[in-house]
Amino acid sequence: MTLLELEDVVLNYGKIRALHGLTLSVDAGEVVALIGANGAGKTSTMRAISGVRGLHSGRIVFDGQDVTKLRADQRLRKGMCLAPEGRGIFPGMTVQENLDMGAYTRKDREAVASDFERVFTLFPRLLERRKQFAGTMSGGEQQMLAIGRSLMSRPRLLLLDEPSMGLAPMLIKQIFSIISEINQQGTTVLVVEQNAKQALSLADRAYVLETGSIVKSGTGAALLNDPSIREAYLGVA
Amino acid sequence: MNFHELFAHFGDITVDGLTKGSIYALVALGYTLVYGVLKLINFAHSEVFMVGTWTVLGAYSLVGADEGSGVGILIIATVLGFLLAPLASAGTALAVERIAYRPLRRKNAPPLIFLITAIGCSLVLTETFGQALHAIFGPPFGRAAVSIPSLIPEKEWVNLSWIAISNTQILVIVAAIVMMVALDAFVNRSRLGRGVRAVAQDPDTAALMGVNQDRVIMLIFVLGGAMAGIAAMLYTIRYDITKFDIGFLIGVKAFTAAVLGGIGNLRGALVGGLVLGVVEVYSSTLFSSNWEDVTAFVVLVLVLMFRPTGILGESLAKARA
Ligand SMILES: Nc1ncnc2c1ncn2[C@@H]1O[C@H](COP(=O)(O)OP(=O)(O)OP(=O)(O)O)[C@@H](O)[C@H]1O
Ligand SMILES: [Mg+2]
Repeated sequence: MTLLELEDVVLNYGKIRALHGLTLSVDAGEVVALIGANGAGKTSTMRAISGVRGLHSGRIVFDGQDVTKLRADQRLRKGMCLAPEGRGIFPGMTVQENLDMGAYTRKDREAVASDFERVFTLFPRLLERRKQFAGTMSGGEQQMLAIGRSLMSRPRLLLLDEPSMGLAPMLIKQIFSIISEINQQGTTVLVVEQNAKQALSLADRAYVLETGSIVKSGTGAALLNDPSIREAYLGVA
Repeated sequence: MNFHELFAHFGDITVDGLTKGSIYALVALGYTLVYGVLKLINFAHSEVFMVGTWTVLGAYSLVGADEGSGVGILIIATVLGFLLAPLASAGTALAVERIAYRPLRRKNAPPLIFLITAIGCSLVLTETFGQALHAIFGPPFGRAAVSIPSLIPEKEWVNLSWIAISNTQILVIVAAIVMMVALDAFVNRSRLGRGVRAVAQDPDTAALMGVNQDRVIMLIFVLGGAMAGIAAMLYTIRYDITKFDIGFLIGVKAFTAAVLGGIGNLRGALVGGLVLGVVEVYSSTLFSSNWEDVTAFVVLVLVLMFRPTGILGESLAKARA
């Protein structure tokens, strides 16, 4: 079943066109990776999907429903949640309050409590730092918080924009194994990554983005072995 | 310089300053809330206060209350004033947001346009009471000051050799502090308050977490407006008067208080208001009451020279329990 579909999405920043008619889809239960060079339009794609930025033209369908005209907060209520690039945590709130923000729209108190458990199990560090101001946490801790917070909305579609950015190799491995764990627990994941190798190994399918258009797509394994991809994104000749 | 007067009546003068300052502080909250979330100086807020004072007058005449009325009427009128003034003020603040500011936000207008619009709204509201309503209904609307019956006769509750405090002073100070504590708890501890802080810190991410930004903005206008309405009620109890342009000076002072305490910071509004009120009465005792308004700004400039972010500094974004 298709959970998310982008049809011919065009997105502008003033006169700058960032997405030139982008089309992609994500099926329920999948992990899909979106890779591409700096400035290719990965973050813009995430902004378009999550509703932070409106489209010039095109259509976004989530769970069979056209959400193109919905605001970001309305789309969250439909069941998607983005952990934005550069983490986007609330620096003046504690770790606990940031996680509470993730559950902002939820009324099911008991389920929220069990999601807290789940997030603290995935990221024990967050439990230790519950009362700390998020702005004073290390970059890696903030990244965990951003991912944990997006889980607190219990999304059907989790959108991750460069979850490994600025992390040490050990931590990157850990983040990717957590992403796959989250996926196995039933959440569909669309992940943007510079770290193409890890992303492609993890993903069921992947799209390659170049200057605002999809230039290639396939299974993670196929793209990992694609010579041109290896050259351009994996640093192997 | 009349040091003798200041020392002889130091206690009384201080209490008087705290009373004034409490009213500044309540009005300052509206500036600080709106600034904290929208980075907008809402010049129309002074008129939100002004509308509150007229509403008190309206509430009193609705039940026919004046100084000579029986206790029953006095109580009903006072309760009505405490209900209707914040309602009318909150309604005015909300109307300004919906009619003037929201359309500008939709068009991504630059800050200068908001500023001019705010000043325009302020003028429209003052002239509504100064001219339009006068043209339709005649007095009490118009450009003259109007006295408001003082339903709570002033009595000294504390009378020691060094300090005397009256019932209305206690009412004003206590009511202001109770409102502030309640607002502070709401913003720092409730779910909606968390939404307000989230929008203040990062509007886009707040939306990504499901916060409806327009609702938060309406909420802060309503809260700030209601606080100004309570301030208006307390003001009329204490000073028995209103005027079409009464908001101007109080608005400027309250805004000064907000900046003094650290604009965007709720607790800063309280500190700034009280400091300003006290400094004003000290200076008017030391020099003369003509100097009162000047001193307010001298203090502001001095504080900002040494602490550009105000006394408490942090913004609403960072402020928390
Ligand atoms: N707010 C903005 N205003 C103007 N142009 C923008 C804005 N945000 C992005 N762009 C432009 O849009 C294009 C795509 O940017 P985007 O952030 O989507 O790239 P990206 O693939 O996420 O890059 P990176 O890997 O560096 O994060 C770039 O050319 C960028 O300069
Ligand atoms: Mg990016």
